[in-house]
Amino acid sequence: MTEITPAGCEPRPRQNLTERQLLQSVVEVALRVFGAAASSVFLIDPETGELVFETVAGAGSSTLPGTRFPPGTGIAGLVAASGEPLLAENVAEVPQFARAMAIGTGYLPRSIMAAPLILQGECIGVMEILDHTPDPARDGMQDVELLALLAAHAALSVELLIRLDWLGGHRVPADSKATSQIALLQRIGVRLPAASEPLTTNVLRLLVTADQLLGTS
Amino acid sequence: MTDQPWRRDRPPVFPGVPAWGALTAGSPPEPFSLIPQPHVTPDWVWGGSDGSGARVCVLDSGVDQSHPRVGTVTTSVAVRTGTDGQLDIAECAGTDQAGHGTACAGIIRSVAPGVDLSSVRVLTDGKFGSGAALMAGLSWAIDQGYDVINLSLATTRPEFCATLHELADRAYFRRCILVASANNMPVLSYPWAFSSVVSVASHNESDPMAYYYNPSPPVDFYAMGVGVKVPVPGAGEMRLTGNSFAAPHMTGIIARVLAKHPYLTPFQLKTLLYLNARNVVELNRRSG
Repeated sequence: MTEITPAGCEPRPRQNLTERQLLQSVVEVALRVFGAAASSVFLIDPETGELVFETVAGAGSSTLPGTRFPPGTGIAGLVAASGEPLLAENVAEVPQFARAMAIGTGYLPRSIMAAPLILQGECIGVMEILDHTPDPARDGMQDVELLALLAAHAALSVELLIRLDWLGGHRVPADSKATSQIALLQRIGVRLPAASEPLTTNVLRLLVTADQLLGTS
Repeated sequence: MTDQPWRRDRPPVFPGVPAWGALTAGSPPEPFSLIPQPHVTPDWVWGGSDGSGARVCVLDSGVDQSHPRVGTVTTSVAVRTGTDGQLDIAECAGTDQAGHGTACAGIIRSVAPGVDLSSVRVLTDGKFGSGAALMAGLSWAIDQGYDVINLSLATTRPEFCATLHELADRAYFRRCILVASANNMPVLSYPWAFSSVVSVASHNESDPMAYYYNPSPPVDFYAMGVGVKVPVPGAGEMRLTGNSFAAPHMTGIIARVLAKHPYLTPFQLKTLLYLNARNVVELNRRSG
């Protein structure tokens, strides 16, 4: 498990159960859609750039979560560096990949498909599929595009959870006055990451003051 | 002229719709109208050229110059954060941690074996997303007077769009060709979507010299990007699929053209590329 820092936000608290469940559900779906040997999500540690196995379905699911790899390692490192999805074949024939995979995962795949998780313009992680079963109705490029769709879905879902986190996980209440207050906070939350640095500092200062006032009331 | 492909609405970009590429294998290309120039043939445009004399720069994660498929790398530099906190350019070892730049360099070398190849590392610490490093490296490369710069990368940060646009125009006026891969993620990104660059997505054929013109922009051309054999840092080869690997094929072809016809302007070059694209050659010949 790792902490991730979306652009323009303070470091988030450690991932909550819903986020872990969400990512687990995404990799389980991918495993079945692609008829793969394993499916996983790496997140990039913003401090070190390391790739951290966040969640895995299939081969390695009981041992891999939490394992860290240096920046730039393997296909996931290649995708994290470029921000582009890709399909790598005959990876077992490349000695350095084979060695890294065997040591890291205990499983040696023939092919790896990977796509970046882009959140607010930054690559926060990589989704990887080992040994998918090629669908005769699709070619390699279409498989990559399908994985990119799933990765986009996962990244958008993570973003949604982050926004809910900002609201403390509260659902919008039925009361109309409270609804408009929540909507105001939601607007601020959505606009803040795109604001300039001095403006962000001032808005955060106001919010901290508001938080302190509410805490003493 | 109302139903021509280039008059269609630009395809909408929203989460869940990647795909700038084309499945050319097995499906006939769409016909369209053109002004014939039948005397301009592939043989005249690049025949006999291996790229010797053209200077090509790979803006990427670095290039492993020890790999036999890469050959000599004339210059290897990296964008770094200086002691004053500002980005600067410094010489670096000819290595590549992630392997992305080495893959692109190997493809360029295979298409145009004679090119003079250099590397600017802008993807640092194996982490994508630094638009500032991309711009610093691109600005430096344009100033160095390279004939072609391969950009198999993009930034999604809209705040960098205007500066990148200026850089792309500066390159265009200095006759420095920027070859940029289209992003097949469902996000807006730059600079591939600018009209001053040569933008490239993938087709699914296995001929490294085969490329197609796209009559329905923003992507200009489709080149080989599926199952491409690329060098891996250290040793060995791997087959990769992605638009990142289509752009270097086009870079190699352009290097061959510019090596044979060094005084082409960017707009002349694009015209020659257009007339010799696989789906245009036949129309051009028949129309003539």
